[in-house]
Amino acid sequence: MLAQFGFGMFVLTFLLSLFSMVTAVLGYFNKSDRWVETARRAMLLTFPLITLAALTLIFLLVSGHYELEYVYSVTSNDMPLYLKITALWGGQAGSLVLWSWLMAAFASAVTLRKWERDRELLPWVIVVTSVTLAFFLSLSIFYENPFVRWWQTTGGEFVQRMFAPAGAIAITPTDGQGLNPLLRHPGMILHPPMLYLGFVAFVIPFAFAIAALVTGRSDDRWIRLTRQWTLVAWLFLSLGLVLGMRWAYDVLGWGGYWAWDPVEIAALMPWLTGTAFLHSVMIQEKRGMFKQWNMLLIILTYSLVIFGTFLTRSGVLSSVHAFSQSAIGPMFFAFIGITFVTSVALLIYRWKDLHSDVEMSSMFSREALFLLNNLLFMGVLIVCFWGVIFPLISELVTGQKVTVGPPFYQRANAPLFGALMALMGIAPLSAWGKSTFKTLGRALWKPSIPSAIVPLVLVILGVRNWIAMVGFTLIAFVIFVTLFEFWRGARSRQKKTSEVFLVSLWQLARRNRRRYGGYLIHISMVVMAIGILGIELYQTTTQKTLAVGEDIQIAGYTLRYDSLAQFPYTDGRIVTRAVLSVFQGGKFLGELYPRYDYYPSGQLMTIAGVRSTLADDLYVVLVNWENVSAAQTPFKVYHNPLVNWLWIGSLIFIFGFLVAAWPVREADIQER
Amino acid sequence: MTIWRHEMQNSPRTGVQGRVKFIIGGLLILAAVIYLIVSSTQANAEYFMTVNELESKAASLVGRSLRISGAVVGSTIHYDPQTMNLTFDIANVPGDNASIETGGGLAAVLHAAVTDPKRTRLTIIYNGPQPDLLRDEAQAIVTGHLGDDGIFYADELLLKCPTKYQDAVPSQVVNGN
Repeated sequence: MLAQFGFGMFVLTFLLSLFSMVTAVLGYFNKSDRWVETARRAMLLTFPLITLAALTLIFLLVSGHYELEYVYSVTSNDMPLYLKITALWGGQAGSLVLWSWLMAAFASAVTLRKWERDRELLPWVIVVTSVTLAFFLSLSIFYENPFVRWWQTTGGEFVQRMFAPAGAIAITPTDGQGLNPLLRHPGMILHPPMLYLGFVAFVIPFAFAIAALVTGRSDDRWIRLTRQWTLVAWLFLSLGLVLGMRWAYDVLGWGGYWAWDPVEIAALMPWLTGTAFLHSVMIQEKRGMFKQWNMLLIILTYSLVIFGTFLTRSGVLSSVHAFSQSAIGPMFFAFIGITFVTSVALLIYRWKDLHSDVEMSSMFSREALFLLNNLLFMGVLIVCFWGVIFPLISELVTGQKVTVGPPFYQRANAPLFGALMALMGIAPLSAWGKSTFKTLGRALWKPSIPSAIVPLVLVILGVRNWIAMVGFTLIAFVIFVTLFEFWRGARSRQKKTSEVFLVSLWQLARRNRRRYGGYLIHISMVVMAIGILGIELYQTTTQKTLAVGEDIQIAGYTLRYDSLAQFPYTDGRIVTRAVLSVFQGGKFLGELYPRYDYYPSGQLMTIAGVRSTLADDLYVVLVNWENVSAAQTPFKVYHNPLVNWLWIGSLIFIFGFLVAAWPVREADIQER
Repeated sequence: MTIWRHEMQNSPRTGVQGRVKFIIGGLLILAAVIYLIVSSTQANAEYFMTVNELESKAASLVGRSLRISGAVVGSTIHYDPQTMNLTFDIANVPGDNASIETGGGLAAVLHAAVTDPKRTRLTIIYNGPQPDLLRDEAQAIVTGHLGDDGIFYADELLLKCPTKYQDAVPSQVVNGN
């Protein structure tokens, strides 16, 4: 009964979003505020309705209604309550529900606000959000329905249907398969909703952009209205990516955090266009330039968001060789194609209205450097996109399937990321409008001096890798320039106000939060780069089969294998756990406990033993092997220098973001 | 704003001349990106092929980066835990989804490949711990290169056991609501 209720709510929300879309269009063309108001109310109603559907599904998950195929596949009796709730996004059907739920929530939040000043935008914001919502709901209703249940047909076959096939008997399993143990990790519990929050929030600026295009408003109103949405979308997308890395590092047991897997790239691509967008809208706000470009960026971001949702959930790419493809693939491609072509057509139609207010004059002006930043982000995007579609293209053209792996992405992207880092150092010191090489040089020379010492220090420390030299020098350059900017700003304020330096610094950041928060985010990015350079360039690894008492050496550490234990855990999994002592130069540093767990379902989880310091991580994997014994135990050990800075950087990132985007009563949104 | 714009248009540094500068700059960046993509693709392309395809082009492929998929022949698996040297043979299975479908699904195709002695086989050498999924009739996707000796030296080993994933039907069920 409950399942039917939930499904009914889906259908109702779907019809309501279609109704809202049609009424909004009619209201716009008939210039009828009453119709638009009706559309707005319909939009507002979608959220409570889909909330009912989602809560129904959560209730079914929590109460163990294993007669539903989705509940059966992602929960089991032995799972704790919080995992049963988060199982909502543990599979494809449930993730799509989460997507629609968030979409309805954001669309409602947008339509709730006062619309007196921008009335003409409202109908088109409603149209875009309700079309997107209707699309995702239709996937849930027609293809990936989480409410289908098990039936046994007269032929004895088990089938999954919403309604009973003729003569079939309803089947109720007593226990479910349970969530894949790899997904029972804090990083994995938060990672999908974070990514989805980011994905869905980007729909809002897109909706306003389309509304501006349709209504012919060529000012930056749509950008100002959605600034907070863009920032929040970007924050969650970034956090989602970092949590995914952390999860991979903790759970997958291969000593890395990012594998350039198509699914990872699919989540990275909207981040790249989103980051470019975040930068280039500032130029439009300040100088009235890049209007067409910003439109194109947000259109691309929207398409990549839909594409990313599709790739991360459909499993098309990873299953090309073994498993059947999901039915939703063609639907996604059709939707992306139609929305992209329509949006670009609109943009071309309004192209002339969106010319720049001023022309760019200097190659060294801040706007020119922002343009360069955008081009570099597009470069990285093209590299990533090429890597993903290259196998398909080569198969079409030559009939031979050729793939490119991580070395391709590393090689092609490294110079682009390096250039982006250099820009992070240079751009904050450049001036708007007229800026020459000379003026830029005058601003740059002071902070450049300490960074010039960095390569010398590195040589003394024994670094010979030129990529590391360039990379660490750029990192130092960005940090010095940014700190210099803080210092310079605080000093000039101090001179005027004669405050204590720290007070000046605080007041400075408080009054220009967007700017100084942004600088903190720059610092966080290069701090993350320290970790990435460390693990990418200096990771070492060794493997050995040990008997208890034997040891293994890596990077100056000695690991002594002390004991092995195998025992069942309360939830039925069999834990195999080793104890190793870590020594450096004869000094005992601590113990490590690598282990692997076999779940009753046959699934395996490998948890590395990690000793983490600011200088390096020692990462020990107990390799699962059927014949494992205290006399023969295979280990794999990784030495990952500096990788901790990747996670420290992401904490700085959150701090910088809070500085930049903490809500204030923004007078300029209401006025102007 | 309008005064500023007026000035800009009259200044000799902008206009066509100014724009050309930026177009050239943009083209240079585009060229750099294309160069990076082309050269990195050439240097890092991995050819995905079946055992039969490898056999027919063996001579031209020595030293190239390759990904080969095939069915693991259980009786050929040898593992020395001390040196961590692992060797096994894989038998040819068709690469496209259509012929896997007509062959009765992946499990059936893998079974047919291993039991048919006439299938082309390839010996794989891998240094590393033996994966538990390495079993008779598992699908192996190996990444590495072909040696002059006709043996495939794998750096990476990916295994799939189709039966494990087809178990999506409830095993313990009770009838009724």
